[in-house]
Amino acid sequence: MENQILTLVTFFPLLGVILLMFVPREKTETIKVLALVMSVVTMLLSFWMYGMFDPLANGMQFDVNTPWISSLGINYHLGIDGISLLLILLTTILTPLAILASWKSIRTAIKGYYISMLLLEVGMVGVFCSLDLFMFYVFWEVMLVPMYFLIGLWGGPRRIYAAIKFVLFTMFGSLLMLVAIMYILFEYQKYSGVFSFDMLKILGELPLGHQQQLWLFGAFALAFAIKVPMFPFHTWLPDAHVEAPTAGSVILAGVLLKMGTYGFIRICLPLFPDATITFLPWICVLSLIGIVYGALVAMVQKDVKSLVAFSSVSHMGFIMLGMFALNLEGLEGSVIQMINHGISTGALFLLVGMLYERRHTRLIEDFGGIAKVMPLYSAIFMIVTLSSIGLPLTNGFVGEFLILLGVFKSNTVYGIIATSGVILSACYMLWMYQRVIYGKITKPENEKLTDLDWREKAILIPLVLLIFWIGIYPKPFLDRMEPAVKQVLAQVSRASTVEAEQAAPLNSMLETPQTEPETVTYNADGDSHE
Amino acid sequence: MSEYLFLVPLLPFIGFLINGLLLGRLPRPVVSFIACASVGLSFVIALLLFFDLKAMPADMRLIEQTLFTWIPAGSFHANIAYMLDPLSAVMILVVSGVGFVIHIYSVGYMHHDPCFGRYFTYMNLFTFAMLTLVLADNFLLMFVGWEGVGLCSYLLIGFWYEKKSAADAGKKAFIVNRIGDFGFLIGMFIIFWQIGSLDFQTVMAEAPHVFIAGGGLITAVCLLLFMGATGKSAQIPLFVWLPDAMEGPTPVSALIHAATMVTAGVYMIVRTNVLYMMAPDAMLVVAIIGVATAFFAATIGLAQNDIKRVLAYSTVSQLGYMFLACGVGAFTAGIFHLMTHAFFKALLFLGAGSVIHGMSNEQDMRYMGGLKKYMPITFWTMLIATLAISGIPGFSGFFSKDEILWKSFSSQFGHPVFWVLGVITAGLTAFYMFRLINMTFFGKGRMDDKTRKHLHEAPRSMTVPLIVLAVLSVVGGYVGLPHVFFGATNYFEHWMAPVLSGGQAASHALASGGGDTGTELGLMAASVLLVLIAIYFAYLLYNKSPERATSLREKLSGMHKMIVNKYYVDEIYGATIVRPLVYFSLFLWKVVDVVVIDGFINGLAGAYSDVSGYLRTSQTGRVRSYATVFVVGVVIVTAYFLFG
Repeated sequence: MENQILTLVTFFPLLGVILLMFVPREKTETIKVLALVMSVVTMLLSFWMYGMFDPLANGMQFDVNTPWISSLGINYHLGIDGISLLLILLTTILTPLAILASWKSIRTAIKGYYISMLLLEVGMVGVFCSLDLFMFYVFWEVMLVPMYFLIGLWGGPRRIYAAIKFVLFTMFGSLLMLVAIMYILFEYQKYSGVFSFDMLKILGELPLGHQQQLWLFGAFALAFAIKVPMFPFHTWLPDAHVEAPTAGSVILAGVLLKMGTYGFIRICLPLFPDATITFLPWICVLSLIGIVYGALVAMVQKDVKSLVAFSSVSHMGFIMLGMFALNLEGLEGSVIQMINHGISTGALFLLVGMLYERRHTRLIEDFGGIAKVMPLYSAIFMIVTLSSIGLPLTNGFVGEFLILLGVFKSNTVYGIIATSGVILSACYMLWMYQRVIYGKITKPENEKLTDLDWREKAILIPLVLLIFWIGIYPKPFLDRMEPAVKQVLAQVSRASTVEAEQAAPLNSMLETPQTEPETVTYNADGDSHE
Repeated sequence: MSEYLFLVPLLPFIGFLINGLLLGRLPRPVVSFIACASVGLSFVIALLLFFDLKAMPADMRLIEQTLFTWIPAGSFHANIAYMLDPLSAVMILVVSGVGFVIHIYSVGYMHHDPCFGRYFTYMNLFTFAMLTLVLADNFLLMFVGWEGVGLCSYLLIGFWYEKKSAADAGKKAFIVNRIGDFGFLIGMFIIFWQIGSLDFQTVMAEAPHVFIAGGGLITAVCLLLFMGATGKSAQIPLFVWLPDAMEGPTPVSALIHAATMVTAGVYMIVRTNVLYMMAPDAMLVVAIIGVATAFFAATIGLAQNDIKRVLAYSTVSQLGYMFLACGVGAFTAGIFHLMTHAFFKALLFLGAGSVIHGMSNEQDMRYMGGLKKYMPITFWTMLIATLAISGIPGFSGFFSKDEILWKSFSSQFGHPVFWVLGVITAGLTAFYMFRLINMTFFGKGRMDDKTRKHLHEAPRSMTVPLIVLAVLSVVGGYVGLPHVFFGATNYFEHWMAPVLSGGQAASHALASGGGDTGTELGLMAASVLLVLIAIYFAYLLYNKSPERATSLREKLSGMHKMIVNKYYVDEIYGATIVRPLVYFSLFLWKVVDVVVIDGFINGLAGAYSDVSGYLRTSQTGRVRSYATVFVVGVVIVTAYFLFG
């Protein structure tokens, strides 16, 4: 059982999809309950997996590796380390909450909707545990289909435009990724004589020249950067969020965006270390622009959802920047912030959705004085807002602080610019909060609003608990990811020392530069192959 | 006893949890009992710990308690750990003591408010955060308290959130504080990457070996930390939030915006005095900002008519004194003034609250007057506080303020200019405070009849706290008698000495400074004289012949207008920072996002559909045209092979 746990967690929702197919379309209650039960069981299975996970072990755990299409070297290869473990947990926790959030708001084509949700979960979990590039690609693309339908069928008025924009952006990126995967396949065949998509084998064996790495990194990075999304590839995000139904936004912001950052950590950094160092300044600058740009644009949004969407651009900039600090603090902060962003932004979209269900508007100016009629809602909204702006003892602080600490170590100027994002996030979030929650009730429609019901409490309270848990006692999570993060850094450190020093200069302001473990390593093939 | 240190901050937190989770389900007496008892109990434990500490030998006075590992990541490690030394002992006594008194007062003051429970929930959370701030054994946990008090300040300023001005003021306080925190964070980053730890003890022990005294890096660290302090403690240029913070309930102003939270910046500098002593340039900046703020805020205080705003500017000004003290190396004097100020300023605010309560929520002093006979306890206690803040000999403020003035003159970091500005500020302080007393309690009542009929002394739960604080405002000064007074012992200085020894060692300096007894007494007499003159003028203009005040105002109308409008600082910030930022953001959204990026992509899509539309015309579906193309193709290919 233990070695099949990953298969179980990944494909259990698929069992739900199959069962749902046999439920008659009119039995809406049965459909909803079945979908919820299946996703909850998946969540419990993932908890069980968390319990079995060995926090001290290095390398992949629960490894499953059997030939699938052996003529092409495609293997059914799953395995997780601490990073994927946390992301899988995030997925399995958010999915049942998203399903619960759709309970009343989705009224058309209910069967198709819940099938899409469960299919989406399969794709997301699959991406986070695939160790075979082919499987990774398949899961990556599989999850596009249900998301396309979620936005395009159950979305808002401009849903078709948003859905097509979303798919085209993502497809454009993933096509290049496919080309890169094929190139790696043939390179590996040239090198070893057999076909293989196995990430671990490619990582361990295949030597790639600097030039090759640059192209491959570029292709993968474009696919991932669009997903993250990094500036200037972010314009699909606000449209997709505004039009998507609540659950779609939750999954999109909570998990889908992390597939981009996860891709960077799992593929770009370890497989192409030299290219990582070469591209590092570009990625950092784009991330910094994203942080400031996202925050500023968020400030002037009139729709709460697009405000949260732009705030995601800013937050994801932090995550990318922390990752490319290429030190333990930054990278651990980056991973924990992926989880945090999923929780806080997911919660924000849920909260906005609850208001939308009551008022059928998301414009900030249509609200005001909500605290009077919905005190519990307002209190939870406040907690989530604080988590989003990174107040200490909420989860956001742990991630943001570690990221900034790491970035500051690798580049003082980047660190200072990024820290200014801390001020801006307080500006846009608190201003929005004030206009929605505080003040007098100006619209008569708002006077009759009811506070949270039991279902809504059941959705929000787990997230609030997670906000404080990670904020006050993040140790279990940090401990579990540390071996994995160290591994990634060790792989990046195969890059040539010369380049590492060029690209990540320690600022002269520091009088006693610290020796960075990842830069003092042997000289790899980067320059000699030129 | 020392193993119960964690209870000091934890008890108010438990109070917060109970009142917060059961909000709206507990009867009011239970709510107020839980809130007051948790803080009161915390005070009792603090007192017991104080005696424990006192029983130890002077250089061993330290109690530490580590609860658990908070953030372990790579080389970074932060604990939830508390530390009690003479400095934090003074702070927790002030915070829990004054906090307790103000909690009791609030029971009476907030009696009619529908959101009674929410108020006490926030107050308990604040007390927890403030105690965490002063008990933290590392920078990061201190930052937790630092942000925590900021949050509570935000929530309590905006307590009456239906008022737009209150919600605005809360948000402004939070954001301005965040600007300061930006500096605090970067300062912490530098410290961590240089020393590899954020624990106070490690940092203070290692700093002299790691940093070059007087070097650029340590100066940068100190200035960045000070940037945080200017935000939290409302100094130039980040003081703008504090006057607006008066939108909150009055006991909040007393506790948070006078006695405790706003002094956090002063505490932080004294806590890190080792670093500051190594950076004389930073000390100079601290002193200059401090004295400039003291003077500047006092001038604004001269012309405010809202009773709470006078006190707010007075707080800004008094905090300036404390920073002046730190800047000239007189850390003990800074903390001493922090303590006495906590007593008399809390008293002034609570007194003002009592006045506002009696005046049916009127805050404008122009509609007050003659309240002495209606509210005698309020009058007498406020008078004591006013004498204390003015620095009349015998009252607590005299001793602490005088020590600061003397050190600003005599310390090796001092300068006569600091003294001159400090003394002028003392005169201004006495003037605006007696203006307040005269306008409020003397002369003819200027309120309408309805208010006059309603006038009453505050209930016992409010007057008892006033009396307690009045006693403290007098006796609080006697723990720190100046040496020139018949060779008296300055207990306070002895108590604080272990905290400051590290800094003195690091800088090889003697903060106590030189100067002879005659000069000290002479300067003291000069400042007292100036204060008495100022009090006389206040009496003349606002009690005896108010028409002179009017004519003086007309004569100086330009200057008066400028002061009433607070030198237009808010307007300047609005025009130079806030609005440009909003316009720039709109530009980014409407132009960069929509026109440039999406325009480019839509352009691509458009071009794609144009090209494919053109290509589509070839797919006519007519066999004849296909045949034509086919024949042409065959001809070309054949021609190529034949002649190519």
